Amino acid sequence: MPEPAAQTGATSGAPRVLTRRGTELFMLVFAAVIVTSALLIVEVSQEQSVTQELFLYGAAFLVLFGAAHVAVRRWAPYADPLILPLVALINGIGLVMLHRLDLAEAYGGPFTAKQIIFTTVGVILFVLVLKFVKDHRTLAQYGYTCGFVGLALLALPGLLPGSISEANGAKLWIRLGPLGSIQPGEFAKILLLIFFASFLVSKRELFTTAGKRFLGIDWPRARDMMPVLVAWMLSIGIVVLEKDLGTSLLFFGIVLVMLYIATERAVWVFLGLSLFSLGCIVAFNLFDHVQVRVNTWLDPLAPATGDSDPGYQLRTGLMGMAKGGIDGSGLGKGMPERTPWAASDFILSAIGEELGLIGLMALFLVYLLLMMRGLRSALAVRDSFGKLFAGGLAFTLALQLFVVAGGVTGLIPMTGLTAPFMAAGGSSMLANYVLIALLLRISDAARRPQAPAKPKPKQAPIAEAHTELVERPR
Amino acid sequence: MNKPLRRVALAMMAMVVLLMGNATYVQVIQADELNQDGRNVRTRYERYARERGQIIAQGQSLASSEKTEDPVYKFQRHYANGPLYAPVTGFYSFYYGSNGIERAEDSILDGTDDSLAFRRLSDLFTGKSPRGGSVELTINPAMQQVAYEQLTKQGFTGSVVALDPRTGEILAMVNAPSYDPNLLTSSDNNEVAAQWNELNDDPDRPMANRAVSEIYPPGSTFKLITTAAALQNGYKPNSKVETAARIPLPGTASATLPNYGGNTCKGETLTMAVAYSCNTAFAKIAGELGPEKLREAAAAFGFGEDLQIPMSVAKSDLGAMADAAALYQSGIGQRDVRVTPMQNAMVAAAIANDGTMMKPQLVKATRAPDMTELDTFRPEELKQSVSPEIAHMIRDMMIQSEKHTKGSGKISNVQIASKTGTAQHGDPDDRPHGWYVAFAPAENPTIAVAVIVENGGDEGAEATGGSIAAPIGREVIRAGLQGGG
Repeated sequence: MPEPAAQTGATSGAPRVLTRRGTELFMLVFAAVIVTSALLIVEVSQEQSVTQELFLYGAAFLVLFGAAHVAVRRWAPYADPLILPLVALINGIGLVMLHRLDLAEAYGGPFTAKQIIFTTVGVILFVLVLKFVKDHRTLAQYGYTCGFVGLALLALPGLLPGSISEANGAKLWIRLGPLGSIQPGEFAKILLLIFFASFLVSKRELFTTAGKRFLGIDWPRARDMMPVLVAWMLSIGIVVLEKDLGTSLLFFGIVLVMLYIATERAVWVFLGLSLFSLGCIVAFNLFDHVQVRVNTWLDPLAPATGDSDPGYQLRTGLMGMAKGGIDGSGLGKGMPERTPWAASDFILSAIGEELGLIGLMALFLVYLLLMMRGLRSALAVRDSFGKLFAGGLAFTLALQLFVVAGGVTGLIPMTGLTAPFMAAGGSSMLANYVLIALLLRISDAARRPQAPAKPKPKQAPIAEAHTELVERPR
Repeated sequence: MNKPLRRVALAMMAMVVLLMGNATYVQVIQADELNQDGRNVRTRYERYARERGQIIAQGQSLASSEKTEDPVYKFQRHYANGPLYAPVTGFYSFYYGSNGIERAEDSILDGTDDSLAFRRLSDLFTGKSPRGGSVELTINPAMQQVAYEQLTKQGFTGSVVALDPRTGEILAMVNAPSYDPNLLTSSDNNEVAAQWNELNDDPDRPMANRAVSEIYPPGSTFKLITTAAALQNGYKPNSKVETAARIPLPGTASATLPNYGGNTCKGETLTMAVAYSCNTAFAKIAGELGPEKLREAAAAFGFGEDLQIPMSVAKSDLGAMADAAALYQSGIGQRDVRVTPMQNAMVAAAIANDGTMMKPQLVKATRAPDMTELDTFRPEELKQSVSPEIAHMIRDMMIQSEKHTKGSGKISNVQIASKTGTAQHGDPDDRPHGWYVAFAPAENPTIAVAVIVENGGDEGAEATGGSIAAPIGREVIRAGLQGGG
């Protein structure tokens, strides 16, 4: 793909690069218009009085993301112009949906006020990351620190007493009294990503060293397999201690993909998937809650046995989507509140119900665009750490979406992750804003014009030329 | 590292494509199944937010939807004369589903039927909230009312079915005891659950639709089938038949089969055997004909066949008839022979209609919300049960039978053709079921009726079909002939 940051001002001496910040602002306004219209539709169909206040909300939304835009303009002027508007759009649609669920008094509400605070804090975090992380490469220096802190955060809820950390059968939280609760795993995700990226970049040569060849495959040496094994055991540990299938799956997937990107060898994926399958079989046989989820997934329409009806939530979610059909019931006209946890785990089925298959697909495409812009930055950035890190971040988004959307639509067993930027929940929102800020930081580095190259010396006559060492293109 | 990154990009796209494919599967392909799942609260809530159509009989509204204050359950079903029409309308309950016409004609009443598609579309554009269509029944309210009163005023358990033999229209379909479907329509879960449980725990089983889903031993009313089989196989109305007071049951050591009251039969011919309902004569005839011919004759009257009226009618059956003794007993409608009141009314109607059995039907017409007709009932021939000649012979025998039947309520200027039955059914106190099947006027029948009164009604062991069931049947016929049936 050619870089759009084309040089235009060759004649004026210093190269002028298009920053595309205007595009970003325009797209943000566009997102604000869509979100405000969605809000208007909800108010009308829920028979709320439509006042000018509505446009104030739209304006506030624009101001909030305008601030983020200004921060990007200031500290990451070359960053990808689509990433922030895409996030704003997803977040805005999520807020409208939560508001709509509040009007219907869905289980666990009200959500909107809290979510607005989370969004605001998220954007503040976003600005802070952009301001203080001047160069993503500095993060690589703190690789091991990030790794340890990340591990500690991840393990913490599992080690804390259940009264502080357990909810809905999973030990993922740390309750902070009236402040609410945080899910340290969400932040650990980014810290561990930094660790893995820096670790793999420094050790990648080791992994590419061929081990023994067996069955037509170059097997890595046993000691080189340690990181995969550690990651695998880590994810099993999460399942055991915290009963969290989603986070476990997420970590394992990220490690696997980063290994693959770093080593360019598919054997890691093969190995990883084999281990993963093994882990699945072990987990299925050892843990009741895994069996319940798998059985529910296999037949969500199975009749309830006795008093327990584990398929209820998935079934009602699927029925909501079915009711929505292709074109949906219309915003505010469905019954998404009938699905338990419609605001968090099942917000995508609420979208599917009210906006229909068309709306759900559009949303998937918005997510896809966001991931692709992230990967594009990874392709364009020049340093290996940046490539690996950005690739990991983009894949994290992809895997989160896949696991949660696959879960609520019955493609894979339910695991309990939340749709990034949409679902009610603070930790996930904050962590994902940090993730996006880092992605923008890398994309800024990718598109930033390089320091003007030294003028090339005139080529010496061929006979006098030195032997040049040419790096093999990757 | 760009090559694996590009591959990862492809993998991510593949993941999203998978998600889209799966969402399409759920929202398009699997959608019907999910929407029709009984546990789908959304479908139920949606239905309760819509005005359901009416069930009507001769201009009377039997079931209608009334606006409530509740924002979710915007309409509540109301049954103007609940217990009287419950066997026909059925109930429509948020928590317990529906049955009867409410279920059979749900798509019309609900407004989702294909025939209403155009109106739904125009409602969409004119902004009217969608409404259901109406179902008009063939029921004659006067006959329904009389039948119900006759059964309930004496506290009987039983059922009455009346048909128009010429068309198969169901004129009355009554159960006693009955229940009030209004009890099940409330939006209060606890209240409805309590009433539901009470109705289900009631030993009298008021929710059982005795007319179509209960099978009873037909007793002597089955002799009409045996007679038809006999006439089709060489017997004439004046053929001599057995008259003995009791005959031994073949293949048993000492068991005998007696006539009613243990008397010698007063008539020697087939006609008189029908008139006096002689057991020994018909047992002998059945034994002579063999099980196959008996079965054939019964099948010609619809035994063993699936029938929707549009509710499902339980299959009537002759049982195994494995040995000669069983065959003897089956010939007089005992042993394992089982019929529904509907089946018995159909037998009478087929004989009345020159041997042609019309398909019983409850729905006269379906109407759009604006009352324009969508579809109208057309009489449908089910089968030729017997030839017209044989039908007339049996009719004449039934006229004789009616003459010899006791019980009150005879109508002076109308000739009825009938057959009674007093069916033993293993009740420890020996209280037989009393049957009466009849049609009138005999020369040009417009009404066929079957009445069953369970367990001897108020007469216990002394009860006969003539004494407890016949008066009810005659009253229903009278109501039909006078009340414009």
